[in-house]
Amino acid sequence: MAQTPRPSFTNIHITQIVGYRMPLAAVVSILHRISGGVMFLLLPLIVWLFDTSLSSEVSYERFVAAFDTGIGFVPGIVVKLVVLGLIWAYLHHFTAGLRHVRMDVTHATTKAQGRRSAAFTLVFSLVLTVLLGAKLFGVY
Amino acid sequence: MSERHGSKRLVVGAHYGLRDWMSQRATAVLMAIFTIVLLVQVLMPGPMGYDKWSGIFAAQWMKVLTFVVIVALAWHAWVGVRDIWMDYIKPVWLRLVLQVGTLAWLVGCTGWALQVLWRL
Repeated sequence: MAQTPRPSFTNIHITQIVGYRMPLAAVVSILHRISGGVMFLLLPLIVWLFDTSLSSEVSYERFVAAFDTGIGFVPGIVVKLVVLGLIWAYLHHFTAGLRHVRMDVTHATTKAQGRRSAAFTLVFSLVLTVLLGAKLFGVY
Repeated sequence: MSERHGSKRLVVGAHYGLRDWMSQRATAVLMAIFTIVLLVQVLMPGPMGYDKWSGIFAAQWMKVLTFVVIVALAWHAWVGVRDIWMDYIKPVWLRLVLQVGTLAWLVGCTGWALQVLWRL
């Protein structure tokens, strides 16, 4: 039997992304994916932080020192910035995920509702990131 | 029973993606509960130090909850990362390599995290 070529449907090409004006819900959606991917790739760092902060008082000292003197050849400021990025990634992923659960449960799926909850997700996760980041950088 | 193998195998259809979708929600809700429980205890007044931090994980119920969340996180990440590979990676061999690598990565990190939890 001869193979007939199957029709292929593609999204916009990667070169078109830059000029594409994404609605807010799309921004939240792609950031949801990116934040998830980043946390997956940095999972060993997260488990390392869990390990050193919890295992013993001595390892806790090393955990605290990582933010000041760094880990190996990575300076402390870079560790702080990476962890700040992880905090944002977690909070964004958390909020955007609850947004999905809410839409599933309440069927709140109009265009206006989507835009409003997307704006809330971006603002809420950024405000929480600033609050926790200030603590990380020792502002209070 | 109809034949479901070879060229007639079930590739898409009702219930096929339901399990992934459902487990993504269930594991997410578990992790959200854990997040709130942890945040409330961390934000309790008093200076943060080793005693307070390890005290949070000292209670048996918190250990059980953390255990469940570590497993939920691995499952959740597997569904999510697999979605990313299926969306962007078209060559089957590369997709297979990445999926096997993802499983190894997640099983390794899960084992490490559980080992930490077990010692407490």
